[in-house]
Amino acid sequence: MKARGAIRTFPAAIAIIRTIANCLKQTSSASAKQVRINPLQKMEEPENNHKINRRKFLGAGVRASVLLGLGGVAALVLKQSVAGNLVWQLDPAKCVQCGRCATSCVLTPSAVKCVHVYAMCGYCDLCGGYFKPETKTLTTAAENQLCPTSALKRKFIEDPFFEYTVDEPLCIGCGKCVKGCGAFGNGSLQLQVRHNRCVNCNQCSIARNCPADAYSRVPASKPYLLRQVGDEKNLTAKTPRR
Amino acid sequence: MIGFTHFASSRLHGKKSKRIVFLCLMLFFSIQFLDALAVQRFPKPEFESGYVQPETMQPAARAEMLQIADVIVLVIMLSVISWLVVKKRSRLGVFAASVVSLAYFGFYRQGCICSIGAIQNVTLALFNSSYPAPLAVIGFFILPLIFTLFFGRTFCAGVCPFGAIQDLVAFKPQKLGTRLNAVLGLIPYIYLGLAILYAATGSDFIICRYDPFVGIFRFNASFAMFIFAGTLLVSGIFIARPYCRFLCPYGVLLNWISRFSWKHITITPSTCIQCRLCEDSCPYDAIDLPVTGTNPESRGTTIRKLILISLLVPFFTVLGGWTLSTVHETLASVNGKVRLAKTLVEPASSVNQTETIEVTAFKSSGKPVAQVYAEASRVLKQFYTGSWILGCFLGLVFGITLAYRMVTKYQKDYLPNKGTCLSCTRCVDYCPVRMGDDNLPAI
Repeated sequence: MKARGAIRTFPAAIAIIRTIANCLKQTSSASAKQVRINPLQKMEEPENNHKINRRKFLGAGVRASVLLGLGGVAALVLKQSVAGNLVWQLDPAKCVQCGRCATSCVLTPSAVKCVHVYAMCGYCDLCGGYFKPETKTLTTAAENQLCPTSALKRKFIEDPFFEYTVDEPLCIGCGKCVKGCGAFGNGSLQLQVRHNRCVNCNQCSIARNCPADAYSRVPASKPYLLRQVGDEKNLTAKTPRR
Repeated sequence: MIGFTHFASSRLHGKKSKRIVFLCLMLFFSIQFLDALAVQRFPKPEFESGYVQPETMQPAARAEMLQIADVIVLVIMLSVISWLVVKKRSRLGVFAASVVSLAYFGFYRQGCICSIGAIQNVTLALFNSSYPAPLAVIGFFILPLIFTLFFGRTFCAGVCPFGAIQDLVAFKPQKLGTRLNAVLGLIPYIYLGLAILYAATGSDFIICRYDPFVGIFRFNASFAMFIFAGTLLVSGIFIARPYCRFLCPYGVLLNWISRFSWKHITITPSTCIQCRLCEDSCPYDAIDLPVTGTNPESRGTTIRKLILISLLVPFFTVLGGWTLSTVHETLASVNGKVRLAKTLVEPASSVNQTETIEVTAFKSSGKPVAQVYAEASRVLKQFYTGSWILGCFLGLVFGITLAYRMVTKYQKDYLPNKGTCLSCTRCVDYCPVRMGDDNLPAI
């Protein structure tokens, strides 16, 4: 019984394979061959007109249904859409200063910069964001500075107080000063996406690489998430728990 | 008596405890208050020198009006190009319009937002109810599709900056042949399917991530992306518009919709005279040559073909779904949550290895590990379903492509293939027939 079944199926398989081969041969030869006929000859037949009408009707039907489908998708999406634009921003409360903002942005230098919230600053002489931890003399000498590009500027104001400003064109957004300020100071130095530089990619390439999931889309009308004085919740969330 | 004293003492006790609770609350609130002050480890000094504290600059994001302007420019460009293609049939006009689009959407807007990437925003919005897609993005997704439904792929002809930049370098286009075109034409389906899978699961926007031309528009890209874009542009000299034809996921949607377009561009303005002049004019192999059967297939062959197709298509559909579902874990490793869960499971074995930044960041966030595992397993489940659907879809596309190769489509004129034609109007210039030249004899 089994053998007979095999015998029966075998020619069928061969037939199928032969058909495939024939089809491929036919289509390739048919498309290569150009048989010219008079186009005006067949146009006069009334049967053709019917065909064209039917095709037109079907075409219109399909077109209407495609339009309906597109309208449906649009309506579904529009239901939860926002009129304004969305921009990318990082939440300093979640930021762990890993340094990827400097390297992952599609722009070089990155659109992420250190932003100084002056209202939070203690104007310290020994600034944790400005000096390297092992610094002995508190001078502006290059070897003392934490910032790799010297973008953080220190200016004397009055006796023990110094003002620190960020030179944005120099800043690469590495977050070293932010880490230092957060560890030893008030946390007034914070990383933020600067919207005069950001090209607002559809998918922020830093957001994809951010280990702390700090990036999100925010409304363009309120594009910054800076921490202010009294945001104590944020600081407790920031301190690493091991 | 005993009962009374007990009652009294309990009342007394109640008063005391109330006071204690009140004190505790006071203490608690004062600590809270102190804590709030403690943010300022070093309180702001009171300056005597009359120092004025500078304001923290917060440059505004791009104005909303400009975003509306983008959509308006898109509509204007689509209308102009459709008019140029369908009504004016002017190659020069289409070329000029494509240069304008390249300048505006490409170099001025730097390739963002684009219709190709908007697929992902719309998908994400459909699958994730918490993501609000901006109106402009929805406009960029829907408008070209609607125009295509009426006028064919005029969007590709000269509004899309990616198409425009490739069209500029298509100097020596070569014919690839129908088979190679069919095989390479399957890649966009895979790309589209993966893009939708990753966008729907909220993992990644792969179209934007592997966008080759954005780097050129911004004069700024990673080395690998520059190589990719360079390869596409150099190969684009010989294989016209390689991205549009063999990669573009939005092209798949346009291809489908364009097949039902109302007024698609025609090669000849009135009647085809079979002069064969347009035969080699299309750089995209999008002209279907006349096929007139001198000896049509026998009934038996047609029936056998039909049976074969009806068996092959379901077979490939199921095979595709099963194949992809077996690799769904590999596909899911693009997702950040899945990756984090994987690294959190592993570390016991690799003690000497240094902790990744992700793991450090996760530990400092204080989230429970179980939550990450739960999220990752949920994403994995989504990927399992998604990969079945994607696999079935790809198998179906493969089967239908094969079936299409099997059937012979008879036509007597040189016609643009409504699906693959990019409406560039090059072929129009080759046609010697002018508008109103009716009743011409066939050559």
